[in-house]
Amino acid sequence: MELTLDDYLLVSGLLFGIGFAGVLLRRNIIIIFMCLEMMLNAANLSLVAFSRFRVQDGLPNYNGQMLVFFVITVAAAEVAVGLAVIVALYRARQTTHVEDISSLKF
Amino acid sequence: MAAILFWFFAALMLGFACAVVFNRNPIASALSLVVSFGGLAALFVMLDAYFIGTIQVLVYAGAVMVLFLFIIMLLDLKAEERRKLNTGAILGGMIVAAAFVAQLVAVIEELPFGTRTFPVLHNRLYDVENVGRLLFSGYNLPFQVVGVLLLVATVGVVVLSKRELK
Repeated sequence: MELTLDDYLLVSGLLFGIGFAGVLLRRNIIIIFMCLEMMLNAANLSLVAFSRFRVQDGLPNYNGQMLVFFVITVAAAEVAVGLAVIVALYRARQTTHVEDISSLKF
Repeated sequence: MAAILFWFFAALMLGFACAVVFNRNPIASALSLVVSFGGLAALFVMLDAYFIGTIQVLVYAGAVMVLFLFIIMLLDLKAEERRKLNTGAILGGMIVAAAFVAQLVAVIEELPFGTRTFPVLHNRLYDVENVGRLLFSGYNLPFQVVGVLLLVATVGVVVLSKRELK
């Protein structure tokens, strides 16, 4: 049985769905952040699958992989800043539970 | 053989992704996410993206997850005490996520070229060389902008981690 593009897209969609469910269900801000990373990675998987699918001159189309490279770099920077914000928040409030942080709530 | 390996790694990745969501202990969640990213790196290698697979292991499973574990241990987060679960919110979240996945599957089913198999590569694949050539020619400006972004992020983290913000 040969693998098709659908298989990869399905797995990528499921990973995105799991990450999405995690963001909606969990109340710990660090777990929510991890689930966001999972969603970014799901997008990366479909980008790489499309890059391998569009063969040019017998080579994969590397433009998709370039985008994945930049997504990974930006995600690394984002994680560093996000975790610094969480540490600052924890110093101010002694909690990482999103329901305890409601001063912006109307 | 490739199909068996694909489904094995896909199941590993999705199973540990579910473990991230359903574990109550943040450290167990973070370690599950490391395994999940390892499975994803295997899928990248199966798609002949050797460079991206390596970067995935080095940056995500290595650096990013070490940072997560470091922060979890720094904040000394214990497993969450059992709070009264808001059933309405959980049910709503489940329904939204399930509807989203159903929509995605429906779109993928409609894809006209989705059932085609991957074309064979008939050129020798020097993966890192190809990525490097494109990165330093066509994507030179974004590459340098990303360098500035990393610098800004580093400075920002140092400012944010100071005890007293003035």
